[in-house]
Amino acid sequence: MSWLNETAKGIKVLSTQKKDIPDNLWRKCPQCSEILYHRELDRNLWVCGACGHHLPFTTEQYLELLFDDGSWTETHRGIVSKDALDFRDVKRYRDRLRATRLKTGKEDAVITGRGEIGRIPVSASIMDFSFMGGSMGSVVGEKIARALLDSLRYREAAIILSQSGGARMQESLLSLMQMAKTSAVLARLRREGIPFISLLTNPTTGGVTASYATLGDLNIAEPGALIGFAGPRVIKQTIGGDLPPGFQSSEFLLEHGMVDIICERKNLKKTIESTLAWFTDGRDVSVPRPPRG
Amino acid sequence: MDWKKKSIWLDFELPIVELEERIQTLQDSASVRGMDVDDEVERLRAKASRLGKEIFAKLEPWQRVQLARHPRRPTTNDYIHHLFPDYIELHGDRMFRDDEAIVAGMASLGERKVMIIGHQKGRDTKSNIRRNFGMAHPEGYRKALRLMEMAARFGRPVITLIDTPGAYPGLGAEERGQAEAIARNLREMSDLPVPIICVVTGEGGSGGALALGVGDRVYMLENSIYSVISPEGCAAILWRDPAKSKEAAKAMKLTAVDALELGVIDGVIPEPIGGAHRDHKAAAIAIKAVILDALAELEPLPTGELLERRLRKYLGMGVWEEAGGD
Ligand SMILES: [Zn+2]
Repeated sequence: MSWLNETAKGIKVLSTQKKDIPDNLWRKCPQCSEILYHRELDRNLWVCGACGHHLPFTTEQYLELLFDDGSWTETHRGIVSKDALDFRDVKRYRDRLRATRLKTGKEDAVITGRGEIGRIPVSASIMDFSFMGGSMGSVVGEKIARALLDSLRYREAAIILSQSGGARMQESLLSLMQMAKTSAVLARLRREGIPFISLLTNPTTGGVTASYATLGDLNIAEPGALIGFAGPRVIKQTIGGDLPPGFQSSEFLLEHGMVDIICERKNLKKTIESTLAWFTDGRDVSVPRPPRG
Repeated sequence: MDWKKKSIWLDFELPIVELEERIQTLQDSASVRGMDVDDEVERLRAKASRLGKEIFAKLEPWQRVQLARHPRRPTTNDYIHHLFPDYIELHGDRMFRDDEAIVAGMASLGERKVMIIGHQKGRDTKSNIRRNFGMAHPEGYRKALRLMEMAARFGRPVITLIDTPGAYPGLGAEERGQAEAIARNLREMSDLPVPIICVVTGEGGSGGALALGVGDRVYMLENSIYSVISPEGCAAILWRDPAKSKEAAKAMKLTAVDALELGVIDGVIPEPIGGAHRDHKAAAIAIKAVILDALAELEPLPTGELLERRLRKYLGMGVWEEAGGD
């Protein structure tokens, strides 16, 4: 089995390099155990051809999928965590951060930017589960708040793609407050008639679900994503029993009225384009709606 | 000291409680036998007070956690009892049911009418089941929001009292959109056109606490706590050992003074010596004074200014570094 494990390790490095993917790289579908070759997975947007399971997609892959060619410009770079709590569990938080930055090459669990989708300008935030479980601390909250303020400033639609285990425990209260901060800016977008589309991908739980991720004018989920407030393990412990099949899946949320659309990855760009056009008449979001109340 | 008492008092409170019992016994026997024990009682009282100050001056974060969860700690209904004699409780979210883990109602505070909303814990098994240990379902947060919006329509300030282990993590709660209910409260409270004053009175447990905790002023009682996850939960996840709760409580900076230093709250409300549970009324009066001062500052502000300041305050939340910045 050792050659197999080694190949599995190599996969992570190579998955973002599109050219020259060796024919022999493969992985098992976590849902149906089908053997999936990388070349084929890349063609299929990392969706299992046998069962439709959506495998993790990187930030770079989402950017390429969603935005018109060459339209994306990253914003608000260079904002990094300060470890205000001087937090230490079995490891120091600042050491964890440094190691994660080195490993991922990312500054934190979100990137923000401006771009066009179907020629409609948007300000977007793309979360990244691979950075400390996509957890939201001060940096994630600040960058998302700034991206939302950009939507206000330039009067362009807001998009947030969520994938997160929730709050970043190492920033405790400061992390919790990011929920209030991002939601506060969303209240202003709402008042100003600026549309907000929330994309929920696997997994979206905890404080991210309990703030912006469920506050979209539209909530659009990828199929089969885990979406919930409490994690399945916590709920199991609380109720002292097993969870019903499909509990907290995208399909469960649609059934219970919490998301508008379940959208396969291959249709994501088209769906966002069409709904953005409905909101904005192409480019124009500049006609303010009458204020509430 | 019998087991029942031990279950009510915390270990670090016991020396004080024992002294108080000695005083009581002394007084009882003196009144029966007609002895003069005034000097001795006086001496013991002074000792108890000294001991109380000593113990409470250097509490560990974990001891604050214990005090915040003290079985005798005043609940929202206790504060309402002491502060709002004309309180009229209101019920229900108009969609699903009345969630008794959150109570809310109309009341007067001095000359003005206010909306008071708070988490409600029970005191014994029976009342805790009724109140679900202060852990609300979505309908609890939706009841709160319905009444906040009503208060706003009639220009009444909103006062919230926060005391919850967290939002309830169960099947029904997820089905009915626990996350959305909390999120919506955060958004709407950030833009509610009347003053909002929040006081963490006991446990400020994560999103379930924050769902009543977005306001122009947020205060914490001296022995209350506020954190993103319980110390037990944090220890289980980060240490992979629930027995490390004390370490987690320390690391998470969850005390009132910590929250003030992190810029998350506006002030710490001192409790009576020995904690709010030793004197419910005194704790209630301390809260009232702070609320009155805050309202006096906030009420003259035009609505636009009030909301702008509230937004600025929340935009400032968090600590980060910027490359090229200072
Ligand atoms: Zn499959």
